[in-house]
Amino acid sequence: MQWDVVIGLEIHVQLATKTKIFSGSSTAYGAEPNTQANAVDLAMPGTLPVPNEEAFRYAVMFGLAIDAEIGRRSVFERKNYFYPDLPKGYQTTQLAQPIVGPGHVEIDLPDGSTKTIRIHHAHLEEDAGKSLHEDFHGMSGIDLNRAGTPLIEVVTEPDMRSAEEAVAFAKKLHSLVTSLGICDGDMSQGSMRFDVNISLKPQGQEEFGTRTETKNLNSFRFMEQAIAHEIERQMEILEDGGEIVQETRLYNGDRDESRSMRTKEEANDYRYFPCPDLLPVEIDDTFIEQCRSRLPELPDARKARFKEQYGLNDYDAGLLSGDANLARFFEAAADRGKDAKLAANWVLGEFSARLNAEDKAVVDSPISGAQLGDLIVRIADDSVSSAGAKKVFEALWTGENDKVDAIIDAKGLKQVSDTGELEKMVDEVLAGMPDQIQQYQEADEKKRKKLMGGFMGPLMKASKGQGNPKLFTEILKKKLEG
Amino acid sequence: MHNKSVAELSRDLAAGEVSSVELTQHFLDRIKQEDSKYNSFITVCEDEALADARKADERRRQGDATPWTGIPFAHKDIFCTNGVRTTCASKMLENFVPPYDATVTANFRDAGAVCLGKTNMDEFAMGSSNETSYFGAATNPWGSDLVPGGSSGGSAAAVAARLAPAATATDTGGSIRQPAALCGVTGLKPTYGRVSRYGMIAFASSLDQAGTMARTAEDNAMMLNVMAGYDAKDSTCIDRAVPDYTATLQEPLTGLKIGLPKEYFTDQLSPAMAQTIRDAIAEYEQLGATVKEVSLPNANLAIAAYYVIAPAEASANLSRFDGVRYGYRCEDPRDLLDLYTRTREEGFGAEVKRRILVGSYALSAGYYDAYYLKAQKVRRLIQQDFVNALKDVDVLMSPTCPSPAFATGEKANDPVTMYLEDIFTIAVNLAGLPALSLPAGLVDGLPVGLQIIGDYFSEARLLNAAHQYQQVTDWHQRTPE
Amino acid sequence: MTISREDVEKVAMLARIRVDEQQVSELEKDLGNILNLVDQLQSANTENTEPMAHPLDAVQKLRADEVTETNQREAFQAIAPATEAGLYLVPKVID
Repeated sequence: MQWDVVIGLEIHVQLATKTKIFSGSSTAYGAEPNTQANAVDLAMPGTLPVPNEEAFRYAVMFGLAIDAEIGRRSVFERKNYFYPDLPKGYQTTQLAQPIVGPGHVEIDLPDGSTKTIRIHHAHLEEDAGKSLHEDFHGMSGIDLNRAGTPLIEVVTEPDMRSAEEAVAFAKKLHSLVTSLGICDGDMSQGSMRFDVNISLKPQGQEEFGTRTETKNLNSFRFMEQAIAHEIERQMEILEDGGEIVQETRLYNGDRDESRSMRTKEEANDYRYFPCPDLLPVEIDDTFIEQCRSRLPELPDARKARFKEQYGLNDYDAGLLSGDANLARFFEAAADRGKDAKLAANWVLGEFSARLNAEDKAVVDSPISGAQLGDLIVRIADDSVSSAGAKKVFEALWTGENDKVDAIIDAKGLKQVSDTGELEKMVDEVLAGMPDQIQQYQEADEKKRKKLMGGFMGPLMKASKGQGNPKLFTEILKKKLEG
Repeated sequence: MHNKSVAELSRDLAAGEVSSVELTQHFLDRIKQEDSKYNSFITVCEDEALADARKADERRRQGDATPWTGIPFAHKDIFCTNGVRTTCASKMLENFVPPYDATVTANFRDAGAVCLGKTNMDEFAMGSSNETSYFGAATNPWGSDLVPGGSSGGSAAAVAARLAPAATATDTGGSIRQPAALCGVTGLKPTYGRVSRYGMIAFASSLDQAGTMARTAEDNAMMLNVMAGYDAKDSTCIDRAVPDYTATLQEPLTGLKIGLPKEYFTDQLSPAMAQTIRDAIAEYEQLGATVKEVSLPNANLAIAAYYVIAPAEASANLSRFDGVRYGYRCEDPRDLLDLYTRTREEGFGAEVKRRILVGSYALSAGYYDAYYLKAQKVRRLIQQDFVNALKDVDVLMSPTCPSPAFATGEKANDPVTMYLEDIFTIAVNLAGLPALSLPAGLVDGLPVGLQIIGDYFSEARLLNAAHQYQQVTDWHQRTPE
Repeated sequence: MTISREDVEKVAMLARIRVDEQQVSELEKDLGNILNLVDQLQSANTENTEPMAHPLDAVQKLRADEVTETNQREAFQAIAPATEAGLYLVPKVID
């Protein structure tokens, strides 16, 4: 049987505020355990929450970016359950009256088409702490530094039909929140975490099947694998005539395995009710307009501008505009380098490859966009060959030197483009290669191309690698073909 | 010395007739001698009190004294006190020493007042007799076999027994007014949001309010001057100017319009109780007030609404007591579930557990609409009743409780009967209004409280009305035999 | 509204409070009585009545995003039942 896949996502996005959602504790990542957990975060008796204005601004900015209705009156509720990383014994979250109402996000699909994914709502809530499962004499350790970090939970409609679409959406959301500057987007630190709801139905059937939820996926790759894994699992069950159990599952990316965490029957009865320590938050027009004025250029607009302003093709523009930091880097390189296409090639090629290889974020790059721009200038004016340029890039990256021209000089990478000098070298080299010249002249167009390489080797050697290969080729052609 | 009011002691300190150290030592000695009879204190902080008294005397010498500088008083053991054990009368917090102050605590500290200790109460403020305290019930100075009321029973008993001239208290359904009435002292529950709840251990967040207890209305006014005001640490606290509550005490009551809710004067009230209250109201007429009957049609629903909302909120508020970060933890938990269930079984008393379970039930799937949501709607009906009644009159008056102090053990085994003790006080919390109880007579030789309810933020008027009454009567000066 | 033994056991588990057989019987009676008391609510006509959250219908004030807290781990962990290496210890947490 053919199956339709139905996917909906819930995404926890950590907001990049300085302090927690209900207390003035720092949210900086990586501090010693429990050094950023104050009386409120620890749920000490008698302590009370006071909401962070910036968290609301970020949520509203997100809402504006997805063209959503802003909740003019939003209400925090208590979601009651016991867990050691949840100090109050309830999570303060929003349910019936969230800050962001229905909206939508457009995603680009590999076939070049676009698709609209509807957002059901997004709400503000607090993150939990962390349980460390290293063994302390058979005990677990609890670190509450993360407890109370503001999150928006973005809930989509079940609008995705494949792992590909789900990942495209996830990437688009990542691009959106990082462009807005409301999330640092660092997945390895858990800044974005995905829960995936998946169900299958016989192709063409209207009614959705029973769904499962796979929780806490924190990379695009794991998400893609987990979805593929879950589709496979459900398909096997259904094809054997079995039934899907509504449950929450955990996926182990290292082993490509999943297991049931709890079934619907075991699901908690969360006993939601409005938090009596907090009052309804009213958002007025002024607040919304202030948030609107803080909206930076968003990926879709940026992509259009990159095509228009820099003459990039759709594909390159898409890649460069998605990540705000990469986009900023590219613009710096292109503006300084005065050759946008060359800059795009370098940013998407050498630079991105290097980041990937070293698992670095754009902001952690040792070289700046302007530095790459300086290199672009020298490539464009033929001062350095592409092979030489890679050496310059390497020296910049390792911090050997931070000036492009100084590196070119120091390493003797300056390309000789003086045609008189180059002609002299060609004449000298050709003088020693009469056979090859004859061979060349007798060959057809196709073969000639190949044979050209035979002259280039000795020429580069003669010029100590500094001769401009493009000019060498031109001069050679002239001499050989008369 | 211990028969003097805070106002008098403040004048004596200012005049240099007594030092704070002398005063403090005097009250500490009295507690030592007398409190074995009343059990009104859970913790006495002798060393800290004397150190604070010395600081207060020094501050006075520097010419930087406030009316409270050097005045000894007591805190209900629900307010967190930095460095001093705060138990909420629960085994759960038997050894809990908070490293922070409640805002109320800090306010008294800043004023230079001297905290003698922490007073007994019903566990987590859940009770009307003080019998749910893990540290044993406090008893009523008017009779050793009588309850002092609750939950602020220790504060009321300590003030009535002259072990402290004043004490802080809290009121969620009558927990200031009922013990004040039963012990013959004056107690005020301010408007919800008038006093910060930060650092005050929560029972039911939307109903809890910190307030005052002392023998005279004037002393209550002095206390409220220290306690009232906006606190950015409490989101439910109201940002509104605080008047000097002592400034208007002397105003005459001529033209004061008193409403008597007919629902609070039914046959259920004994003839002696009814007569005592009518006598007190006659006194007000003598002072120039006029009286008319008003109606609170939904008054009969108050207890039902309260016993959904309060336990529901409490069930979540008390989830933090899980044996992980502070407080009691059971011995050798087998696993996480065992840690939770045994810590909470052993750490909480019977009434607290009952309320947590009722609250959890009322919030659980399928019942939320029928219980919690319904109760919050009924709450608005009750509030509207008060708003309507207070359109025609300035204050409402009623008995504070249906009867004088009852015997220890009399109602302890029947939660519902105990709940009915709050029948006249509870609606005020649901509406968030201020109300005060003052001694207004004796029935069977025991004090009877008159409750005065006012409009939002009318604390000054309530205190004024109580003060004027206390100028022409001496019920508040009566002492137990 | 009545409450069954199973209800009592279920709600005790939700609230993470251990109850033994005898306590369940007592609670069944006590909770039943309390629920009877609160059932009066059902007689109220609350059509078109908004639930009340705050007596003064006040709205929330928001706090500026500024760090106001400093590390006080030592003070807080001094009163904790079990800590090690700055962590609170609990019996093994299994997801």
